[in-house]
Amino acid sequence: MRRVESLFLTFSILGSIIVLILLIPMIAAFLMTNPIQVGEALMDLEVLNALSTTFTAAAAATVSALLFGTPLAYILARRDFALKNLLESLLNVPLAIPHSVAGILVLLAYHSRSSIGEILSRIGIVVEDSFWGIVLAMLFVSAPIFISSARSGFSMIDETFEHVARTLGAGHFKTFFTITIPLASRSIISGAIVTWARAVSEVGALLIVAPYPKSIALLVIERFEAFGLSAAIPITALLLLIGIVVVLILNYISRR
Amino acid sequence: MIDEMTSRSLLSLKSVSKSWKSFRIRDVSLEVRRGEYFVVMGPTGAGKTLLLQLIAGIHYPDSGKIILDDVDVTYLPPERRSIGYVPQNYALFPHMSVKDNIGYGLRIRGHPRDEVEGRVRELSDKLRIEHLLERRVSTLSGGEQQRVALARALIIEPKILLLDEPLSALDPETREEVRDYLKEVRRMLGFTAIHVTHDFIEAVDLGDRMAAMFNGEILQVGEPMEIIMNPRNELIASFTGAKNLFKGEVVARRGELAEIDLGGMRVYAATKRSGKVMVAIRPENIVILLEKARISARNILEGVIEEISEKPPYVSLKIDAGLPFTVYLTRNALEDLNLRVGKRVYLAFKASAVSVF
Repeated sequence: MRRVESLFLTFSILGSIIVLILLIPMIAAFLMTNPIQVGEALMDLEVLNALSTTFTAAAAATVSALLFGTPLAYILARRDFALKNLLESLLNVPLAIPHSVAGILVLLAYHSRSSIGEILSRIGIVVEDSFWGIVLAMLFVSAPIFISSARSGFSMIDETFEHVARTLGAGHFKTFFTITIPLASRSIISGAIVTWARAVSEVGALLIVAPYPKSIALLVIERFEAFGLSAAIPITALLLLIGIVVVLILNYISRR
Repeated sequence: MIDEMTSRSLLSLKSVSKSWKSFRIRDVSLEVRRGEYFVVMGPTGAGKTLLLQLIAGIHYPDSGKIILDDVDVTYLPPERRSIGYVPQNYALFPHMSVKDNIGYGLRIRGHPRDEVEGRVRELSDKLRIEHLLERRVSTLSGGEQQRVALARALIIEPKILLLDEPLSALDPETREEVRDYLKEVRRMLGFTAIHVTHDFIEAVDLGDRMAAMFNGEILQVGEPMEIIMNPRNELIASFTGAKNLFKGEVVARRGELAEIDLGGMRVYAATKRSGKVMVAIRPENIVILLEKARISARNILEGVIEEISEKPPYVSLKIDAGLPFTVYLTRNALEDLNLRVGKRVYLAFKASAVSVF
């Protein structure tokens, strides 16, 4: 008989407990979901609007993170400068504070009567109770995830690839787009997906900055408070399904 | 006379200095002539790679000048220098096929697709790597990667080719073959090259001239054999390690195995070369035996110990075996064998430990 090592036996038992704690709610949610109700939820205009608000705002936040975060991540990976470590730590603060606090911070800095908010409102961007408020709050809590993912992606690329490309006649920018970006693409894409998922899951900051237009996570809370647990189940199942799809895509990318 | 020198020189470094991380280049002046194969030899950490990177434009010097083909390129970015660079790990782009790697330099300069395709095929044919073109980089062996990296650097017809320890990643058995290959490619394409190495065999076999580099400084420049036979100081002498370096002639052959006459004494070596050759055996690759035992080593020579001296971490023995041999042993081995001056011993070394060039 094959001998079972006692360490792995003990660890398997302990590990199983956390697996159960995590998996039971997911399984239960699907068992308690009536597919017809999910179908109905998908016809519910309020649900559809909330979904579309959430997904587009999360996409806008992700695109902003890509556009401004990628160059920053590259600089952080390739150059040393004064207070770089401090800057990198500060950029992670949004991940370490309650999301309601993040919401207060965003509102304080960018509300329409603040000095920056005034400038923003002149170009038509008002933060309170607006789509752009949702985007900004999502960006604040999720961009740090993208930046650190892209940064570690860039750091893993041997600079020699870039050096060789330069000697072959590619300028800095051409080298970046033909060598660096393709080599870091896995980290950039998976970073963007996690950033998007993190933005979709945001509740606390949105409650403070822009409870309206209604995002899907807030609608779940509203349905739960107004009509109880069973009313929240169809949307819950729907969001859970989306979460599972996101994780499977990430898994696929990292194995590619 | 001076004018003639400058016109012949393709690359000149004038008092170049640079500090970068833990590496230093100190006041290096160097002339590389058009068409020359120039070897820079020195130990790890001597600043050889940094020197190549300064020439390539990957770093800029703190002071001094770099002149390439009569143009001051000291602060010119790498993409405007026309220099072929083959780094130590070859750095083939892992997200491209072999074909796209080789064609990169032409594509990025905007050459039309047909022309790129044609020139990639033509060069690959010359370098005998045409069968690799559709392969993914990750499936190539070390030797194949090297040929592809060479093709990628040569396709832009660079003014000068920089090779950073091109043989160090390959196993010792294939090095002779690769040295022959480099010679053949050079005969065919006629480029100017700087080749960085820590192995004097590469310097002697490939180099028209060489520079000995230590601690960021060039200590001696000249023909490789001249430097190895007449090192200017003890540092160069100890590093070039021209111990057990003999002239010989291949007199017989059985397949891969050649019998080489060293003037009365014969050794066996794994080589394809023929005719007059140089032979080198590293002192640490020789085993001392007290009796002529049956062991797998192909070469067993008899000799008398003439001198025992310290060479930390080894002990160095000078042994007269018809020719003067140097052997490095650990102190333990010396004591176990109870060796002393005047003792008769046998030197044993494998055929693959004999470098032929």
